[in-house]
Amino acid sequence: MKNKYIILALNPVVKAKDIVSMQTVRLAEKVVEKKNIATLFFSDLGNRALFVARTTKEMFSRDFEFREFLRQCFEIGNKSFGLIAITGGIMGVVLTIQSRPALAEFGAVTMLPGMVALSIIREIGPVITALILAGKIGSGMGAELGSMKVTEQIDAMEVSATNPMRYLVVTRVLAATLMLPLLVLFADFFGILGSWIGVNIKGDVSFVLFISQAFTSIDFLDFLPALVKTFFFGAVIGFVGCYEGYNAGRGTESVGIAANSAVVVSSLLVIIVDLIAVQITDMML
Amino acid sequence: MKDIQEERKTMKPDASTEREVVIDIKNLKKSFGKLDVLTNIHLKLYKGENLVVLGKSGTGKSVLIKCIVRLLDPDSGTIEVLGQEVSTMNNKDLENVRKKIGFLFQSGALYDSMTVKQNLEFPVNRIRKDLKGPVILQKIEEALANVGLPDALNTMPSELSGGMRKRISLARTIVVDPLIMLYDEPTTGLDPVTSDEISLLINEVQKKYKTSSIIITHDIECARATADRIIMLSEGEVYYEGTIEDFDNSTDPLISSFFKKQNHE
Repeated sequence: MKNKYIILALNPVVKAKDIVSMQTVRLAEKVVEKKNIATLFFSDLGNRALFVARTTKEMFSRDFEFREFLRQCFEIGNKSFGLIAITGGIMGVVLTIQSRPALAEFGAVTMLPGMVALSIIREIGPVITALILAGKIGSGMGAELGSMKVTEQIDAMEVSATNPMRYLVVTRVLAATLMLPLLVLFADFFGILGSWIGVNIKGDVSFVLFISQAFTSIDFLDFLPALVKTFFFGAVIGFVGCYEGYNAGRGTESVGIAANSAVVVSSLLVIIVDLIAVQITDMML
Repeated sequence: MKDIQEERKTMKPDASTEREVVIDIKNLKKSFGKLDVLTNIHLKLYKGENLVVLGKSGTGKSVLIKCIVRLLDPDSGTIEVLGQEVSTMNNKDLENVRKKIGFLFQSGALYDSMTVKQNLEFPVNRIRKDLKGPVILQKIEEALANVGLPDALNTMPSELSGGMRKRISLARTIVVDPLIMLYDEPTTGLDPVTSDEISLLINEVQKKYKTSSIIITHDIECARATADRIIMLSEGEVYYEGTIEDFDNSTDPLISSFFKKQNHE
């Protein structure tokens, strides 16, 4: 197209209207290209919405796969516990060490336990746990379902008179939705424990005093919205991980793409959900 | 199980041959985007026969059997399985039809996270809900013995060779006593000895379980060993139909080149 345009432009007999017509063609091509991108984006969005709707519908069907649901709870909950405990503990220590100098400047070191506990419970605990699990279980779901798709295991399930949406997707989404809040509670606990260790690196505060200082600045309304949003984080990770795996292509390359997309999209959505949750909480309190 | 026995009695006879038709496909069309894979397929599978579908890669053989179990939806045409039209039926009825069909996938499609025993239990628990604990185990052991792997019960699929995976996959399909077997490239990727063993197993399954089978393959030796009748697909249509002798004696350039090339191999 570009060459034709140059040839036309160099030709002495070329008329102005020809150039205008070529420009119009180029503009039209760009419009078509942008339209295709928009079509792809909206069709992907529509497919995701349909997937969520179908999964939600299957959640209320009669033949719930309870054993598989329990197995997934174990896989997500129990097998992530160690990672969450270590991360939570380190998070608490680091946050305390980083915050101490700023508070010391104003002579407010006694506020350190309360400030760190509030940060962990309201924001850092839920978000960091969700992001870690987006990487761990989101990618796991994407890769596992993706490889099942590639090796025809999902098709085999379907011809065995089993609904793969019910067996594979519903169980994973529900397990992620229920296990994430539990893991956040553990992360909060180990974060506060880590904070106590952090305080004791440069001071000497008993655990009882630390806890009492920490919880004087926290009430139930700090705790509840933070817990509620973790259910949504879990659902987002479950839905995205399963969607990417379930809709993977037929080649082995698509397994990697599914795992990667699961992590990227679910991490981004966790942040967006957090933003919305913070806005709603702010309006309500 | 009772309904399957009744089903065996109610299969409809074909007026022209007086043989019972278990699968009847008419005017089947399937395309992917602009690519027409199946353009006009007519096919009948009779009770108790092994029908081999031959053809070059990309002629739509696998698409054909995936349309039969509605893993793929046909664009147009009719597919009757045991007298029921599957292309338009609802999910519940489709599930009931699928319970009577065994599907052996090209890759075996064993569930990686489960042991062989769990792989076999999976369809039994869902299709044969009338069976309980010890009877299920007995059926699983019987199916494994029938495919020549009685000791594989607690093995993981990753510990099995390609041939063994195919056998276990076959055991997983026969453990629920299907009426119809669909084999998708059962010998692809296997050495000649194992291929022969799988072909023998297909015949044994037909005799023992009284199944009617469609075997998708491009392996002439497998076709020779198993076929009662052969259909060759080309350009989305049935190109030729006959017995193995008809194919051997054919002077058609496409058929003879297909057979000669494979015989040289």
